[in-house]
Amino acid sequence: MSSVSPYLCSTTRYELRCNECGKSYGNRPLSACPDCLAPLEVHYDLEPLQGHLTREKVGRGPASIWRYRDLLPVIRAFQPDLPVGFTPLVRASNLGKRLGSDSLYLKNDAVCSPTLSFKDRVVAVALANAQAFGFTTVGCSSTGNLANATAAQAARLGLKTCILVPSDLEAAKVLNTQVYGARLVRIAGSYDHVNRLCTLIADEYHWGLVNVNLRPYYAEGSKTVGYEIAEQLGWRLPDNIVCPMAGGSLMRKIRKGFQEFIALGLVEAKPVRFFGAQASGCSPIAHAVKNGWDYIEPQRPQTIARSLAIGNPADGPAAARMIQETGGWAEDVSDVEMVAGIQELAEDEGVFTETAGGVATAVTARLLAQGRIRRDELTVVCITGNGLKTTDALQGRFAEEAAVRPRLSDFDAYLRSVQPDLIGSQAEPTLAGGVY
Amino acid sequence: MSIRIVLPTALARHTEGQKSFESQAEDLPSLLAEFDAKYPALAQNVKDPNGKLRRFVNVYVNEEDIRFLGGEAHRFADGDEVMLIPSIAGGCCPCVEWRAKF
Repeated sequence: MSSVSPYLCSTTRYELRCNECGKSYGNRPLSACPDCLAPLEVHYDLEPLQGHLTREKVGRGPASIWRYRDLLPVIRAFQPDLPVGFTPLVRASNLGKRLGSDSLYLKNDAVCSPTLSFKDRVVAVALANAQAFGFTTVGCSSTGNLANATAAQAARLGLKTCILVPSDLEAAKVLNTQVYGARLVRIAGSYDHVNRLCTLIADEYHWGLVNVNLRPYYAEGSKTVGYEIAEQLGWRLPDNIVCPMAGGSLMRKIRKGFQEFIALGLVEAKPVRFFGAQASGCSPIAHAVKNGWDYIEPQRPQTIARSLAIGNPADGPAAARMIQETGGWAEDVSDVEMVAGIQELAEDEGVFTETAGGVATAVTARLLAQGRIRRDELTVVCITGNGLKTTDALQGRFAEEAAVRPRLSDFDAYLRSVQPDLIGSQAEPTLAGGVY
Repeated sequence: MSIRIVLPTALARHTEGQKSFESQAEDLPSLLAEFDAKYPALAQNVKDPNGKLRRFVNVYVNEEDIRFLGGEAHRFADGDEVMLIPSIAGGCCPCVEWRAKF
């Protein structure tokens, strides 16, 4: 570690470092290396944690991402407020049977607290740093979920909030931002236009933009998805991760989380393959992987999966490289397949996910069909957001039925006409377990 | 012919704080050559050791990414606004030391 103002969290020293030239920058609201313009990343000195951060210690922690705070870039004085994360990892036997997997799991961030997406994790870490740096106004460029998470958590912390979104964002995501009192600015352009504007805003105003000048800290919050998967699998790593990709950061941080657990002896080392999922209408990272590139050709997004509609993903090149290094792959699916994925996940597992989750589900189906993922391998699919936010994707899928008169005879006639198999036998129901 | 170059703070430290200035460059290679002559520190910052634009720098012509327009082969038009911006930009000037509240 350099002598440039590293901070201490509970027991860990951390600081910003350039991924390309290796130069250290201490801790400050800065996202790119001033010398080579490459992204900065938080680096930790894990040595003091060896033998001290044990499975038992983590297990005694709160049921939230803060059980891993020793591995997160938050200052020692930080007092966690919200129980963010620690979402269910659920076995998906029915979906597995449909898709041809004997060991399929869902990491269900559709129920992440407080705003129903994995962005709650990254925002929690980013705002802890915004407060540490003394920002009183925070914000972000967002495709929706990040806007919701930033607005909600900033409201609770008493921070002023200004959020920029593309003007075609889903109505639910707009409302779910405005309700918290945030200033929401719709920008006439794509997410990439919004993001570019935010980089200029970060220069001009003394604001903490969670995915711009606080980005290195923000991104670390995604590691908690990896920590939780490993712990919830009984302190072991899966064979495969399938992850939707927008900016390309999440899967890289899941892997970083796995690597830190291995380094600390919390899980056994094991190669994990990473598979990326994108919508065909915006698939720059999948395109790079399929061509064996370590760079990205930007695309103009044309997909209803707006949370994945980033045509020039900031972490895209690194994600493409990482997928190839791990022996994984990336696929992209049409909007029609995505909607089918949403529906299959809901019908099979009772999980209602947003468009990004539909993409992840549909890509998992394809990877199993292609044989890139084998049926006996333990595969975790990351479901990153909730379907209630993108109900417009299902518009017209379910016709509104005529109202039935409140009479048993009418109801019975109606049922016989639409779905007679629901009626079943007329016999008295008996308890499944016999007589008590 | 004249175009307007726009730089974020991170790059304007090489132009004595000027975030906007005029240029007669006809395309991206000639713009980089102009930087060599007028702002060598800026040229060094945005170019890799092979003299090409670093892969972490995005170039926009008006509202469009130059890669959608043909990249280095694209010829600027009179009145264009050309912006160079790090792909993951944002942050304070590195000479300013921030202090966290403990």
